[in-house]
Amino acid sequence: MTQPRTTRRVIAAALTVGALLATAACSAAPAASPAATGGTATAAGANWDEVGPIVYAQGKDTSGNLKAQIDQWNTENPNEKVTFRELSDSADEQRAEMIKRGQSKSGEFTVMSVDVVWTAEFAANGWLQELPSDKFSTEGFLKAAVDSATYFNKLYAMPSSSDGALLYYRKDLLDKASAQPPVTWDEMQAVCDKVLPGQSGMSCYGGQFQKYEGLTCNFAEAINSAGGAVLNAEGKPTVNTPEAVAGLTWMVEGFKSGKIPKEAITWKEEDSRQAFEASKILFLRNWPYVWNISNGPKSKISGKIAVAPIPGKTGPGVSTLGGHSYGISTFAKNKGTAMKWINWMLRPENQKQQLQKASSAPVLESLYADPELIEQFPYLPMLLKSIQNAKPRPKAVAYGDVTLAIQDAAYAALQGQKDPQTALNDLQTKLESLIK
Amino acid sequence: MADSQAPRKAKKNPLSDGQGGLAALLISPTMAVILFVVGLPILMSIRESVFRTNEGVDPNTGMVSQGESFVGLQNFTDIFANPSLVTGNWGSIDRLLNSFINTTWFTIACVTLETILGVAMALIMAKAFKGRGLVRAAILVPWAIPTIVSAKMWGLIFAADGVMNKVIGQQILWLADGPQSQWAIIIADVWKTAPFIGLLTLAGLQTIPAEVYEAAKVDGASAWQQFTRITLPMVKPALVVAVLFRTLDTMRMFDLPAGMIGFGKYFVETVSTLAYVENNNLRYGSAAAYSIILFVYIVFVAFLFVRLLGADVVGDDEVRAIADQRKRQKAAAKASGTKAKLAKTTVTSGSASS
Repeated sequence: MTQPRTTRRVIAAALTVGALLATAACSAAPAASPAATGGTATAAGANWDEVGPIVYAQGKDTSGNLKAQIDQWNTENPNEKVTFRELSDSADEQRAEMIKRGQSKSGEFTVMSVDVVWTAEFAANGWLQELPSDKFSTEGFLKAAVDSATYFNKLYAMPSSSDGALLYYRKDLLDKASAQPPVTWDEMQAVCDKVLPGQSGMSCYGGQFQKYEGLTCNFAEAINSAGGAVLNAEGKPTVNTPEAVAGLTWMVEGFKSGKIPKEAITWKEEDSRQAFEASKILFLRNWPYVWNISNGPKSKISGKIAVAPIPGKTGPGVSTLGGHSYGISTFAKNKGTAMKWINWMLRPENQKQQLQKASSAPVLESLYADPELIEQFPYLPMLLKSIQNAKPRPKAVAYGDVTLAIQDAAYAALQGQKDPQTALNDLQTKLESLIK
Repeated sequence: MADSQAPRKAKKNPLSDGQGGLAALLISPTMAVILFVVGLPILMSIRESVFRTNEGVDPNTGMVSQGESFVGLQNFTDIFANPSLVTGNWGSIDRLLNSFINTTWFTIACVTLETILGVAMALIMAKAFKGRGLVRAAILVPWAIPTIVSAKMWGLIFAADGVMNKVIGQQILWLADGPQSQWAIIIADVWKTAPFIGLLTLAGLQTIPAEVYEAAKVDGASAWQQFTRITLPMVKPALVVAVLFRTLDTMRMFDLPAGMIGFGKYFVETVSTLAYVENNNLRYGSAAAYSIILFVYIVFVAFLFVRLLGADVVGDDEVRAIADQRKRQKAAAKASGTKAKLAKTTVTSGSASS
């Protein structure tokens, strides 16, 4: 063996080590395995009298409203300062940051803004402090929002904002055909049959059908609106019931008949909003944020739209619940301050500001009837109906796997690779192995 | 040179000029840093890959059992023993296998197209013509754009009502999970990295003396003959290195599938994105195992390149000269039937014994 060749080989190997760096960096995050004692902290173990500076971690504060509110708190409570740690605006990254702290038992983030679908995972791993009802009152809160922050009948987070689906429609076109906003899928079809012939290039309905979290929301809505459920009351999967099949079949038929445009299979929230504004669809299922944009000065359909609760099979549909909650880290100090600050942030005046400045829907039910707010956000009564009727997504510890399994099944059915019954039978098997 | 050999220690490194100790001292800080940021994570990944996070949930409290348990090679063998089937371009197969084939397919398709285009670009850039600077700059722009930015950009181009569909006048849903999304990835990757091959090839082209072509012309060689007989062989060392870099880089492709198409899309899932997804679902054991599989695969391909194509990643004339000299000496020794006296000194620095 000659020396130069060995040198060359060593260098080639060293080069590839560089390649591993990139891949190793993805996987080496939690080197230390948590000891077997985690997850045992209880509400009784928390010291709610300890006060001092705390850190609040949340995704990007695009409106600047949160910073203003925190500044106000800090001026009023100089000894219990809240520092805002702004995380990425990608939900995955926020979750990763929080999980890192949880696994290393770091209390760096005293309070975290927890997405409703992370509650189960965080709580089950013992990263979230259980919240005692004498310190945290959820009176007057939206029931669905409180439910989404509850795991095994214990409250692990305080809801901070809520979200529900709305059906946006072209009021101008419906009025011209003197049609009423639909309550059921059949009525929606009837309205489309009436309105669409006069409109070239317009389809009936659109939502979010790209393979991502939005598809899980749309799928769960179709199933729930047809009287089915992803998980039953006991938390067991029930996705192959006739009701669930009817729900998915409605989506699949929509694509087949052209009621839903073909390209909707690639739509996320923004794509569907743009299609709605480009008059490609008559009805749009989307979140409340669309109102201000589609009705804003830059929109082509400004002033021509209105909202209704989403339709269902035989009556009003069942929305998927979105939103965030304040969770307190099990490992954090100064939980007393955290408690005070959270309760301060949830005061009606702060919640109102949050809606007005950051368009994030409040969790206090009474605010949905506030005349001043309704004038500014005419969709509020509809949103209240939507959220009151809403169902949370499955509360699974392995939520990432559950949502991907749901997307696999729904996407295959929408693309016509599997018929709804087969897709849902497969999903049932998969979910049974994931949720024990 | 060879006759100045005094009988010394038998096993002395023939490449050493006696400054090994100093050299080791000088590079030791760098080596320490590399050990810390490369060696340690690799060892930790290997350790992680034989463990698995406990997943059971207590049915009464809902708490998950904490910690990890040792599972041996299960994270690696699950591909056979406990496959999780997904349906991508290659039928219903295990998810890891699917991403492995995707990775291989992307590497072959992308690198082939990039090499062809890159060489063409280099030939154009090497020509002297008006506006050459502008053409060179234009060709290099894609390479200067960060991959994640070009992923988002091509995402807009490939959208249902995007530019691509308008140009080709057809409604192809590039971003849906299907065979077409693979082509979206390949097109975007070729667009971005063909200039890289072009750039390295251009550097190789400029070392070819003009006299060679003049001589060929005088001999009546056609343009094609000049290309295959002169340009290609003479540019080969540079080209092979460029192709090697691109191959290793494409094998760990992450940004394009992740940024443009998204996670959990089996038609475009590569081993890198799968490892990320596993990591995201808190299964660090399998994430580490998949990374190691990718690592071994990359090392294997790099080895093949060096072995079969003789990729000379160092480009050190001295090392090459010594190798040639030793080869000649060996051949001569074989011919004369005596034991070979191998060259034991650096070529360019003169005699080491002085």
